[in-house]
Amino acid sequence: MQKNVYIGLYVVVAILMVLPFVLPNSFYIDLAIRMAINAVIVLGLNLLIGFAGQISLGHAGFLGIGAYASAVLPTHFGWHPLLAMLAGAAATAVLATVVARPIFKLKGNYLAMATLGLGIIINIALRNESQWTGGPDGMAVPAFSLLGFDLTTDKQWYWVISFILVVSVWASLNLIDSPFGRALRALHGSEVASQVVGVDVVRYKVAIFVMSAVFASLMGSVTAHYVGFVTPNFADFFHSIELVTMVVIGGMASVYGSLVGAVLLTALPQALATFEGWETVIFGAILMLCMIFLPKGLVPTLAAKFGKGE
Amino acid sequence: MSMLQVRDLSIHFGGVKAVQNVSFNIDSGIVYAVIGPNGAGKTTLFNLITGVYKPTTGEIRLEGEAIQGHSPNELARRGVARTFQNLQICMNMSAIENVMVGAHLRLDRNLVKAALRFPALKSADRALREEAAELMRFVGLEQYIDARADAMSYGALKRLEIGRALAMQPRLIFLDEPAAGLNPKETIEIDHLVRKIADSGVTVVLVEHDMKMVMNLSDRILVLDYGKKLAEGTGEEIRKNPDVIAAYLGAHA
Amino acid sequence: MLSEFLQFLFSGLTVGATYALAALGFTLIYNASNVINFAQGEFIMLGGMLAVYFTHAGLPLPAVLLLAIILPALVGIMIEKLAIEPVKGAETVTLIIITIGASLVVRGVAQILFGKGTFSLAPFSGDSPIDIMGATLLPQSLWVLGVTALIVVCLWYFFNRTLKGKAMLATSYNRLAAELVGINTSWVLFMSFAMSAALGAIGGILITPITMTSYDVGIMLGLKGFVAAVLGGLGNGLGAVVGGLLVGILEAMGAGYISSAYKDAIPFVLILLILFFKPRGLFGGKSTDRV
Repeated sequence: MQKNVYIGLYVVVAILMVLPFVLPNSFYIDLAIRMAINAVIVLGLNLLIGFAGQISLGHAGFLGIGAYASAVLPTHFGWHPLLAMLAGAAATAVLATVVARPIFKLKGNYLAMATLGLGIIINIALRNESQWTGGPDGMAVPAFSLLGFDLTTDKQWYWVISFILVVSVWASLNLIDSPFGRALRALHGSEVASQVVGVDVVRYKVAIFVMSAVFASLMGSVTAHYVGFVTPNFADFFHSIELVTMVVIGGMASVYGSLVGAVLLTALPQALATFEGWETVIFGAILMLCMIFLPKGLVPTLAAKFGKGE
Repeated sequence: MSMLQVRDLSIHFGGVKAVQNVSFNIDSGIVYAVIGPNGAGKTTLFNLITGVYKPTTGEIRLEGEAIQGHSPNELARRGVARTFQNLQICMNMSAIENVMVGAHLRLDRNLVKAALRFPALKSADRALREEAAELMRFVGLEQYIDARADAMSYGALKRLEIGRALAMQPRLIFLDEPAAGLNPKETIEIDHLVRKIADSGVTVVLVEHDMKMVMNLSDRILVLDYGKKLAEGTGEEIRKNPDVIAAYLGAHA
Repeated sequence: MLSEFLQFLFSGLTVGATYALAALGFTLIYNASNVINFAQGEFIMLGGMLAVYFTHAGLPLPAVLLLAIILPALVGIMIEKLAIEPVKGAETVTLIIITIGASLVVRGVAQILFGKGTFSLAPFSGDSPIDIMGATLLPQSLWVLGVTALIVVCLWYFFNRTLKGKAMLATSYNRLAAELVGINTSWVLFMSFAMSAALGAIGGILITPITMTSYDVGIMLGLKGFVAAVLGGLGNGLGAVVGGLLVGILEAMGAGYISSAYKDAIPFVLILLILFFKPRGLFGGKSTDRV
């Protein structure tokens, strides 16, 4: 049973290696890169929502912190992009800890409300501080460079992001089947039970929240450097909802589900690009239908079906 | 050698005095039962000792150290395990994983090592899986070793919870109505299981309504009524105690 | 000085009344089903947008008002029947996501039907401002405050003096017990969605002559209404009203005295503060253990 889990990873690696030679043009490579970036973000978010059972409605805010750190610090203060990225992650870690600690000490699930508020505040701040952030129109982001080497072409980004994705999937799989991962899942299954076996519930919840926030921040920075431009929309409520949708559709508590969800919902807006109102309607409809008929998400539901078929 | 000492323990919920000035000692290695009519405060007493509730007054000492008011996860660290009257099983996990979670404190819980799949961690996990399977056999669940928790029957889940508690390698285990909801055959099996656990050296504290089982198993019995201690002693003494007979045992004795 | 303060107070109370109606809507639904209905804001939007649409279609005012309140109520009922009832008892995350999905659908349809423009309604009794100690009060504000007060009184009467209202209250305290004494809790759920939608719609109609409306006003109004409900104590009716007015006033004061750019952020800073210092809200709402 254990070996099976990593087979999916080999499949993912195989797909990633083959894609650049199969995709017709750079539009599709770009799409693939965006899917991969979303997949990593969703993996982190899924650890929070699916495995620990906590809900974040403001995750795009953390994306924004990372993205704007990578934009503002090099542009206005001359920081090295790597330092800027780490600074963004550090700021996110601090913010997430400060908010999460008091929230998780409360009985009941208040994280949704807190993250909602936090995400919106971050978005508004990014919109308003135009002298630093360029306001609603956004700002350009310098290229990412390391040791004199500039990361600029699509192909380079593709391999970098693929690598990040593969490592993230591998790490997530490892995490789930480990004492830490089991404690997380127990927390979701029965908080009382996890307490009596010695899990420090508050510490774990804070840890997983901060982790998923930092993931988001780092990927926000990556996105900023990849796209070369960043706007406050990147950190808005709708984007937070998009991310939650990806988790939910692919399968809460499923690593491969996260990938499926990210792929499907990154492609969807492209397909609906000209039908803005319809995009919203379809997104909403997908959310509702999925939660009503496939509450476990695509991958777990299909997996269960095939499991029964054996 | 006193494992657990409880002195003047009380808890008030607003005007309701759920537990009032209860005192008793539990020696190490015995089976100690807490009985009483419904609403007598038995589960509340358990919750107080296992850290789910904070007492209003009173003292609880585990091998001499005060533990009243400590949180459940701190008590877990001191080797106190418990099962629940209303099952608290993680239905989102497999049966064996539920048991493995019990060993939480004994393992390396480091996040980074886990993510990077350190070989030491992996082999420790494999050893734990073996141990958990052994425990499942010990509690009589060998047919469920590869099962998911949500595919198991109520009686099986009750034993799974005991398996999880045993995975903690506790000194003291609290079993809250382990036979509740079980048929006579299953009850006898639980009876044997509790005996096995006590024989392995763990101090067992039991809340139970099944008098036959209680009389059979227990070395000492505490009788609660309306949150107060009504009587304490061996099975023989309790059986003959007129207050207890009046309040509780009635036709059972 | 005083006139400035009064100015902010009036505009705060006015928009606060809308938040209060939205908060009442959240409270009703939360009490009946423990669901936080993220589509609440869209009812407000629908009220305003439909009122505009039917006015432009040439219908007389009474018909406009009737349709602009009943149609959103029907939408509310549809959401309840199609999206909430099928998944009764599901996890909180699931329910929250469903209502978010519903809000997206409503908003998307509104965008398709009405476009992305901004619309306004003629004020109900003219727009000559009333001067009070140097501050101006729009006649429409009086409508907003007056109707809201009337609604609050009616609701109070309904919940405390009528059998049906008491049935709904009973359901909010203990659903099982209510069912056991013969209360039709499905009906309660149904009514709570219909009423919430109507409340939101009324708020939307009333405020449109002042703040205008468009397909996407629902998001912020709904979220701020939610903040108001939490501020007052989720599940507490009086708290919802007080919370709404308070959020409106603090927002206006903050915008006036501190920074108007961060006006929209104020309610959300409030919710974080509430969660840090008084998570049960000002009036200590229902324990949200199951949330």
